[in-house]
Amino acid sequence: MRRLSLAFLFSLIPILIIAQDDLMNLLNQNTVPEINFTTATFKSTRIMNGHSIESMPPGQLDVRISHRFGRINSGAYEFFGLDQANMHFSLEYGILKWLMIGVGRGSYEKTFDGFTKFTLLRQSSGARVMPVSVSVLSSVALKSLKWPDQTRTNYFSSRLSYVAQVLIARKINQSFSIQLTPSYVHRNLVATELDPNDLWAVGAGGRMKLTKRLSLNAEYYYLANPKKYMSLPVYNPLSVGIDIETGGHVFQLLFTNSLTMIEKGFIGETTGRWGKGDIHFGFNISRVFTLKNH
Amino acid sequence: MKRLFLLLFFLNIFFAVNAQKYMTKNGFIGFFSHTPMEDIKGDNNQVAGVLDISTGDMVFQALIKSFHFDRALMEEHFNENYMESDKFPKSSFKGKITNLSSVNFSKNGTYDVTVEGDLTIHDVTNKISSKGTVEVVSGGINASSKFNIVPEDYKINIPGVVREKINKNLEVTVKMKYENLH
Repeated sequence: MRRLSLAFLFSLIPILIIAQDDLMNLLNQNTVPEINFTTATFKSTRIMNGHSIESMPPGQLDVRISHRFGRINSGAYEFFGLDQANMHFSLEYGILKWLMIGVGRGSYEKTFDGFTKFTLLRQSSGARVMPVSVSVLSSVALKSLKWPDQTRTNYFSSRLSYVAQVLIARKINQSFSIQLTPSYVHRNLVATELDPNDLWAVGAGGRMKLTKRLSLNAEYYYLANPKKYMSLPVYNPLSVGIDIETGGHVFQLLFTNSLTMIEKGFIGETTGRWGKGDIHFGFNISRVFTLKNH
Repeated sequence: MKRLFLLLFFLNIFFAVNAQKYMTKNGFIGFFSHTPMEDIKGDNNQVAGVLDISTGDMVFQALIKSFHFDRALMEEHFNENYMESDKFPKSSFKGKITNLSSVNFSKNGTYDVTVEGDLTIHDVTNKISSKGTVEVVSGGINASSKFNIVPEDYKINIPGVVREKINKNLEVTVKMKYENLH
């Protein structure tokens, strides 16, 4: 009997010692695993020129101002392109968790544009595992440049072009994210009958975090239409740059062979070639304002 | 007979032990930083905690991603740049009420307590001590406390550019409504 009570006493010792760990285990047993959504796959709603999977959260207004300067190979007289500036600004707003809209204006062909971005799937781990995030982007652009020939009948619809994109992204780890972007562009009016009204392209982009607030980004679009039959030589756009994040601002500094900053432009109207030095320096500035607390 | 005695003894302890435990899954932990430039407030209403009134042991656990802010961008920065919540998804506290004898758990009322223990944030553990209150109510126990923490103690770096927007001392508020765990 004495041995028994001794044994009993000893058996109590570990209970007393690990009491707090026990409580922690008890806690873990009683809590259900949650869905852990991946955040910040990209730092901004653009990888470089094209949209990223990221969306403005509800109630947040993103004011964006972007510039692309002239070609670097234009020489010292043009100050390596900096004498010319092509700009685009836009107001973009998150309406719902899965819905974002934006309107913008670009100086290239005096174009107005608008887009809607829908979030379909969000990458997650934990209680629900989803390997990728998927969004759909639809945009429309209105070229307001005066018609070169005022005597012929010019239709309003001829000013419009449309873009549909599926954005599929995965944050592979803390510092590396990739995105694939199958894209379709429809232009109501093209320059000559050699030029197709419909363009098919696929974009690939990625981001590598260098520090907590700095990342290296690259983006490439492959245009599937045969380009040699087009009236103007068109090349695949490649953009390389960095994201710098400073609290409320994101600065993107980049080099690209495309002059325009909206989808229908950089997919279908990139006439520069990296190999020839037709490279534009440019930047995007994004400033987010909270209009409504979430 | 001996065996029966033993069995009764263990059963007795088992029940006695569990009856002493109180738990919550939706406790509150919030932090607040005030500077002339900006106020920052993060609230988490899904904190899990257990209190053992027989020993005074208490533990909390909070998911970092469950801290919510008025501004979505702040929440992203909190997770991405400061807490690195993908690497360190949880914060926890393991501690003890040191003056357990001054609380009468069988009588409703509010009692002042001191809690000491290990607070783990951002995978860094520090000993903390804080004053708080325990309120015994019918069917449960409410506990609350307020204390300050210094982000640098937990290897959370605040860069120079935002230094003026984040107070060096963050005020942390803990409010728990425990229910008896049967």
